Amino acid sequence: MSPAERNDGPWRRSWRRLYARRGARWALALLGLIMALALLVPALSPYDYAAPSWTHIFLRPSLRGGEWFGTDGLGRDLLVRVMWGCRISLLIGIAASLVSVLIGVAWGTAAGYIGGRTDGLLMRTVDVLYSVPFIPLVIVLEVLFGRNFLLVFIAIGAVSWLDIARIVRGQTLAIRSQNYIEAALALGVRTPAVIWRHVVPNLLGLVIVYATLTIPSVILFEALLSFLGLGVQAPLASLGSLVADGANEMQANPYLLLIPAAFLAAIILCLNYLGDALRDALDPRHD
Amino acid sequence: MTEARASLLRVRALSVSYPGPQGPLRALSDVDLDLDEHECLGVIGESGCGKTQLLLALLGLCGSAARVTGSIRYRGEELLGAAPARLAALRGRRIAMVFQEPQSALNPYLRIGEQLAEGARHHLKLTRRAALGRAAELLELVQISAPAARLRLYPHELSGGMRQRVTIAMALMCEPEILLLDEPTTALDVTIQAQVLEVLRSIRARTGVATLFVSHDFGALATLASRLTVMYAGRAVEQGAIGELYAAPLHPYTSGLLRSLPRLDLPVPLRLAAIPGQPPDLAQLPAGCAFAPRCPLVHPACAERPALRMRQGDHQVACHCELPAARIGEAWS
Amino acid sequence: MLRFLLRRALSAVPTLLVIATLAFVLLHLTPGGPFDSERVLVPQIQHSIEARFHLDEPLWRQYLRYLGDLAHGDLGPSFQYRNTSVNELIAQGLPVDVAIGGTAMLIALLLGGSIGLLAATRVGGWRDRLPMGLAMLGISVPLFVTAPLLILVFAIRLQWLPAGDWVSGSWRHLLLPSVALALPYTAYIARIVRSAAIEALASPFIRAARAKGLPSLTIVLRHALRPTLMPLVSFLGPALAGVLTGSIVIEQVFGLPGIGRFFVTGALNRDYTLVTGITVLYGALIIAMNVLVDLCYGWLDPRVRARQ
Repeated sequence: MSPAERNDGPWRRSWRRLYARRGARWALALLGLIMALALLVPALSPYDYAAPSWTHIFLRPSLRGGEWFGTDGLGRDLLVRVMWGCRISLLIGIAASLVSVLIGVAWGTAAGYIGGRTDGLLMRTVDVLYSVPFIPLVIVLEVLFGRNFLLVFIAIGAVSWLDIARIVRGQTLAIRSQNYIEAALALGVRTPAVIWRHVVPNLLGLVIVYATLTIPSVILFEALLSFLGLGVQAPLASLGSLVADGANEMQANPYLLLIPAAFLAAIILCLNYLGDALRDALDPRHD
Repeated sequence: MTEARASLLRVRALSVSYPGPQGPLRALSDVDLDLDEHECLGVIGESGCGKTQLLLALLGLCGSAARVTGSIRYRGEELLGAAPARLAALRGRRIAMVFQEPQSALNPYLRIGEQLAEGARHHLKLTRRAALGRAAELLELVQISAPAARLRLYPHELSGGMRQRVTIAMALMCEPEILLLDEPTTALDVTIQAQVLEVLRSIRARTGVATLFVSHDFGALATLASRLTVMYAGRAVEQGAIGELYAAPLHPYTSGLLRSLPRLDLPVPLRLAAIPGQPPDLAQLPAGCAFAPRCPLVHPACAERPALRMRQGDHQVACHCELPAARIGEAWS
Repeated sequence: MLRFLLRRALSAVPTLLVIATLAFVLLHLTPGGPFDSERVLVPQIQHSIEARFHLDEPLWRQYLRYLGDLAHGDLGPSFQYRNTSVNELIAQGLPVDVAIGGTAMLIALLLGGSIGLLAATRVGGWRDRLPMGLAMLGISVPLFVTAPLLILVFAIRLQWLPAGDWVSGSWRHLLLPSVALALPYTAYIARIVRSAAIEALASPFIRAARAKGLPSLTIVLRHALRPTLMPLVSFLGPALAGVLTGSIVIEQVFGLPGIGRFFVTGALNRDYTLVTGITVLYGALIIAMNVLVDLCYGWLDPRVRARQ
C-alpha cells in the first residue's frame, strides 16, 4: 500500500479497489449506457411503442431504413419497445430491491440484535417462508387477481427479502458480540444509538453488495412472470415479454428474440459482475 | 567450530521472499543454522520476524509464490530444489512439524485416530489396526488418559491442551529425527503451557529427537533449548548457548528483548521495559542493519549490513558494536 | 439421528399447513368459480356439480374437508379433468419432471463440480478465468432465453434433436430440455465449488496434512473434499426450488406434459384442487430437500452431527 493511500477512509479505498478492476469499469459504463439509452431513445424516437403500423410488419433490422432493430408483427419499432422494456425492468428491479432490502435489514437486525426468543420467532418465520414455493404462488395470484403492477411488486418483494434477512442477522450477531458494542453499552450509550452508530455502518457494505445482487434476481423474476404472460400488460413491454414474443417468432425472425435477450442478459450480467466486484472490494481482508 | 561438525541439518544463507505490490517481501534473509543430533535449538523473535517461514522453508511448504534461495542440507543431502517426491518422503517421516494453533491444524471433519494413523500408514506402510495401536501408544506418551477411547473422538471434542498434545503425538508417529515446533504453547493457558512443555521435555528425554523450537517466549525456550538463535526482521542476529546469551547478550536487540521480560524482583516502575518503535516493513528493509532505527547504540557503520561473526567461544553476533554486554544493557536504561 | 428425523418431520407439519392454507384461502377468496367459463348450465346441473365437489358447503367445512383428505395424502378430485383425481394427474406428470429435473441436476453436479475444481487448482490462469466468465454468463442468461435459443440452434437450424414433445424413455426428447434446465445450475455450482475449494485448500489443516508428507490426491480426497462439499450441499435446497420453477418454464417452451403444465392450465381454469395440490406438493418437496440437506450436513461435519 502506498503512503498516499494509507490515510484514506475505507469507503474510498473500496471504491479505488473497485475502480482498479477493468471488468468493473466496463460493467459500470455499459450499465450507464443502457440506462441513458432507455431514458433518451423513447423520448427522441419518432416511433411509438404501442401504435401498430400495418405497413411496417416484420422489417429486418437496418441502419438505412431508420428501424435499427427492425419491427415486430404489429409493425412496432423494436428499438423503442426494447428501450421501454429496459425502463420497466430496471424500474421494477431497483424499486422492488429497495423494498426487500428495507424489510430484510429491519428483520435481520431485529433478530440478530435482540436475540433470544424474538430471534427464534423471526428466523423461524423466515424458515417457514423459505419452504413456501413462492413463484408458483405468485403465478396463482397473478391469474386470480388479474395482472396488477403493484401485485408483481409485492410478490417480488416478499420473496427476495429472505436472503438479506438471514445474512444481515448473521452479520449483526457477529457485530453484537464485538467488544466495542459491549464497551459502548457499558458507557451508557442507549441501544438505538448503538445500533445507529455501530451496527448499521458495519452492515452497510454487506447490504450494498446484496442490494446490487438482488436487483438482477428481481429483474429475472419479473421477466419470468412476463414471459409466462403474467407480468406487464400489453401493449406495454418488459424485456421478459419481449423475449416471449420473440420466442414465438424465432423461426422466421430470430432478431425478435435475440435483441431483447441480449439486452436482458447484458443488464443482468453487468449487475451480477458489479455485485461480485463490490463484494471483493468491500472485503477488508484485501487491505 | 560449526563448520567442522557433521550437522543433522545445516542451513546456509536461506532466504525466502514473496512478490508484493511494492517489491518483494523479504520474509527471511540469509539465515544460517545448524542442528545436531539430539540437540534442541531455540529460535526467538517477535511475531512477523520470519520464525514460521523458517520452519515452512525447511519442509518446502512456503507455497508456489515464494522464492526460496540458499541451502538446506539434511545429512548432507540438499533439500532445496530436491524432487517433490523426495521432499514428501521426508516430510512427516524424518522431519515432522507441530503447528501453532492445534484447533486449525487438526482437520475438524476427521476422527483424531484417523489423522494420527494416516501418516504412519503412508510412510511406514502399517496396517490401519497397527497404526491405530501406535497412535494409542503415542497418546499415552503425551500423557493423554484412556488413549484407545480418545482415538474415536473428533477434534472439537477435545480441550485446547489436549489437542496440542494430539498434534505432538501426530508429529512423532513415524519416529522422526527432527521435530519442528512452531510456538506450540502460544495458544494455550499458562498452566496448560507448563503441561505441554513437560510433555515435550519427557519426549525428548526418551526419544532424543532433535528439535527446532520456535517461540517468542523466552521462558518456554529455556525449558527445552540448549542453544538459541535470535531473529529480527528475517535475519539471525545472535546465536549461542542459551545460558550465555541470557547472562551476557551481545546484540542490542537481544539485550532489549531480555529486558522486556517482566521482572518481579524489581520495583514496579522498573518491572517492564519495552523496546520503542516498530519492526521494519519487510517490503522495505533498510540496506544496513535492520535494527538500526530502534537501536540506542546506532552509529554510522550501521548503514552497512553486519554479518554474523564469532565473538566469544560459540557465541555469534551480527552487530558492528564491540561493546561488552554490560555496556549494551546500560544503553537501554 | 432417528430423533432428529422425527423432530424435523414434526416441524414440517406447520409449514405444510401454512402452505396449504395460503393456497386454499387465496383460491377461494378470488372472484369467479371453476365452472363459470363454461356455457350456462341448467341450475339443477350446476347444483349437482357443486354438490359433488362440496362447493355448496360453507367455506370452513370445505377447508376442514380438504385438510382431512390432505392428512390421508388425498389431494381431492380435479375440477377440470373430469373423473380424474389430482393424485392421478400428479402421478401422470411427475415422471416427466423427475426425468428432466434429475438429468439436469446430474449434469449440473458433474459438469459444474469438475469445472469448479479445475478452476480452483488454476486460480488466475486462463483455465480459471474462461470457465468463470462463462459461468457468470450462465447465471445471467435466464432459462426462458437459453431454452428457445437451444431449440433455434439444435432443433430448427441443425435439426439434430426434436424441438419438443415427449416420448417416454427417449433420450433424444430428454436431452435438450435437460441441458437447458441444467445450464444455469452448472454455472452456479461451478462458482460455488471453485470458491469453496479455494478456501478449503488454503485452510491450515491442509498445510498440516502436507507437512505429514501425504500424497496430493489423499490430501484432496480425504482432507479437502468435505469442506468443499458443505456450501454445495446448502445450495441444494434453493436449487430444487429453482428446478421446480424452471421446469414450469421448460414444459411451457418444449410443450412437455409435466406437472408444471397442469399447474399453469389449472391456474388459468381455476382448478382449485389441482393448483393447491401441486403447490402443497412443491412445498413438501422443498421441505424434504431441506431435511436431506441437514442430514448431509451431519453426515459431512461431525460438529453439526453433535448438535443434531
